[in-house]
Amino acid sequence: MNDAIFSLKKVSKVFPGVKALDEVDLHLYPGQVTALIGENGAGKSTLVKTMTGIYQPDGGEIIFDGKPVYFHSPHDSHALGITAIHQETVLFDDLTVAENIFLGNYPMKKGPMTKFSIDWPTMVARSQEILSSINAHMDPNQILRELSIGQKHMVGIARALSVDAKVVILDEPTAALSHHEIHELYDLVNNLKQKGKAILFITHKFDEVFILADRYTVFRDGCFVGEGFIKDTNETQLVEMMVARSIDETYPKKTVEIGETLLEVSNLCHTTEFANISFSLKKGEILGVYGLVGSGRTEVMQALFGTARHVTGSIKMNGKEVTIHSPRDAIDHGIVYVPEERQKQGIVLELPIVQNVSLPQMERLTKHGQIDEENEMSLARQYCERLQVKASSWQEKVMNLSGGNQQKVVIAKWLATNPKVIILDEPTKGIDIGSKAAVHEFMSELVDSGLAVIMVSSELPEILGMSDRILVMNEGLIVGELAREEATPEKVVSLATGGTVTC
Amino acid sequence: MLKRFIYSREGILSLIVLALFLGVGMISPAFISLPNSISIFNDTSILIMLSLGQMLVILTRCIDLSVAANVAFTGMVVAMTNQYFPQLSMAILIVLALALGALLGAINGLFVWLLKVPSIVITLGTMSIYRGCTFLLSDGAWVNSHQMSPSFIALPRFEILSVPVLSWIAVVAIIIVFWAMKYSVWGRNFYSAGGNPTAAFYSGVNVGKVQFYAFLVSGTLSGLCGYLWVSRFAVAYVDVANGFELQVVAACVIGGISIVGGVGTVVGCVVGALFIGVVNNALPIIGVSPFWQMAISGLVIVIAVIANASSDKDKARIILRKPNESDDSVQAPSH
Repeated sequence: MNDAIFSLKKVSKVFPGVKALDEVDLHLYPGQVTALIGENGAGKSTLVKTMTGIYQPDGGEIIFDGKPVYFHSPHDSHALGITAIHQETVLFDDLTVAENIFLGNYPMKKGPMTKFSIDWPTMVARSQEILSSINAHMDPNQILRELSIGQKHMVGIARALSVDAKVVILDEPTAALSHHEIHELYDLVNNLKQKGKAILFITHKFDEVFILADRYTVFRDGCFVGEGFIKDTNETQLVEMMVARSIDETYPKKTVEIGETLLEVSNLCHTTEFANISFSLKKGEILGVYGLVGSGRTEVMQALFGTARHVTGSIKMNGKEVTIHSPRDAIDHGIVYVPEERQKQGIVLELPIVQNVSLPQMERLTKHGQIDEENEMSLARQYCERLQVKASSWQEKVMNLSGGNQQKVVIAKWLATNPKVIILDEPTKGIDIGSKAAVHEFMSELVDSGLAVIMVSSELPEILGMSDRILVMNEGLIVGELAREEATPEKVVSLATGGTVTC
Repeated sequence: MLKRFIYSREGILSLIVLALFLGVGMISPAFISLPNSISIFNDTSILIMLSLGQMLVILTRCIDLSVAANVAFTGMVVAMTNQYFPQLSMAILIVLALALGALLGAINGLFVWLLKVPSIVITLGTMSIYRGCTFLLSDGAWVNSHQMSPSFIALPRFEILSVPVLSWIAVVAIIIVFWAMKYSVWGRNFYSAGGNPTAAFYSGVNVGKVQFYAFLVSGTLSGLCGYLWVSRFAVAYVDVANGFELQVVAACVIGGISIVGGVGTVVGCVVGALFIGVVNNALPIIGVSPFWQMAISGLVIVIAVIANASSDKDKARIILRKPNESDDSVQAPSH
């Protein structure tokens, strides 16, 4: 245990009202990958920020190379060679790739001006070297804004490698990457490992843990639960440590009688995002849409909800052709969309619950030019109670609710409009395992009451467990349609990554 | 390189300014003569310098409305010092102007940095305070040319290579700021702190301190311009440069400095200021009342903003493969 280069001992971090980290331990070893595992809210991101000097711990000590250290700012940890690729973007859209890589650590000109003058040619040349060493082919002079998400991620990684790092922290690095890019990342991590870097790998995905990691550390609710070698454990054991109870992943799929065709989409096209999208949706059906991030699935859903432009093709509801140019049109035709980014697109944080619920149908609640507050309240009460939103009152501002309850308010808002088709985009993203089951159960209830559900998801078990039918998308096209019975994980993944079904 | 510049925003604006300049020259050839060109640049020098300072402030997602009031106050202090102590050397007066301007800028910057007060609020306040102080100091009285020492008035007019010192000062300011923004870490920090403050903080940049520096530079340049203004017009009074801060902000916006921070270049800023300078000088020549000048700058700002907004539109990710892209390419189009 003495050979750890970087250790946290009984480190705590308290925010008003929350103990985000409670005397946690973590050890990182040179040349080894340590996986940090925990549900959402387990304190992983807080830990990263504490390790990189963004937050200062309220207790405990951080030991680097055998000596206790204290980070006053990100600069201090950077100076010791601790570098992190954060979950959220910490890059600069309007600067060049080269500058993004070296910002905070510019190469300076030699000679008398060394303190003052940035050496741009060296910066560009060294960027090129680092980028080719990780197989990322791009022009260092390009402005970051022009790159794809995956490419930006590679810039983030190049940035971490630009310093002579001893400790590399990867906070859910594969979340936004395609299949192909994920494998490049694996190679990269192994490469770093061989160079003797100590790596902390934070992820939700167990397959990654078993592919990459040598050791694991498990957190739960801000507490340290356990650590050990990957070779001595298995997935069931890790999940048990994470949730402190064994869960069997069965999905609450109910058999619902499938009714007549409700929605029919034919030949939906967009100039750059998707083409030839045709499918139908029946009453009482859950249609799963699977694809990697960037496969165009969200863009298709946004077209159905009227937020995308330049869309051609036809959409029929109950056999009648409808035109959808705005969310207003979609809502009027009974199509609603629960977006992936709830805080940004789903909800007004500063408004009370009741006003969030009534937002899409203010006109209906208005009498003689005045909003009927009693009606508004009863509407909110009805749907929030049905969804079991936990709040001290329906006048509570949404920003004071937990993430799970905010999600419920979004769904309540749309259910209150009495929709026929409800589109759920990544409905369980960022939700812990306990709440996930609740969301799945609720989807079954929805179809039971005669709605049709389109569920967009990148989680394979969820898609396979909940869908009656599965559409698979790749590069803006529907590449396969599988019935529940014929869908296997292998088939779905192979289609989504550009292969063809052979089995 | 040249092609890239011409297609950039600064390039297009430079061409417009050039076209405008030559266009007026067609009507009145004297307009584009060398002496008149120098005189236009000289007229615009103060605007250029103030815009350079304002550019730094806007880059860091702030705004400095107190620049014109800073000019008035510093100008009055320097003029009165000269009036009562005419034997003081010009060097001391210029240091005084720089130091006083820096102090006034630092006050803005400290509020923004340490108290996190929105800059529009604090500079709206100091704008009135600085101008009020000018009034208190002078009691509303003017300092006229006969009360100033000859060298006080002569300095900005002194010509080197038939270009007045005032213009040379502007040229030096442009070069220093250009160099700093491209080659110094200090200068690059303005772009990172304004472009993405969170990421800048994660990279070890102290965003508040960078904002403080922006106000400090803006204030220092305003102080220098305070002296240059009263000396050039040979008069100091309370209403000097009244409302000029709006022209300074306008020059920045026309020059493509993004009001949401992080984007903008020295070239754009200078050309933006020159645009206003050329318009101001051209209107009387082509027989348009100078009263139009405000409306025209306003119109240009609106057009510039619309052009900017429409170029950002529909910049979606491109998911579909391009037809010409071969199927076995290693790099998937965009994920």
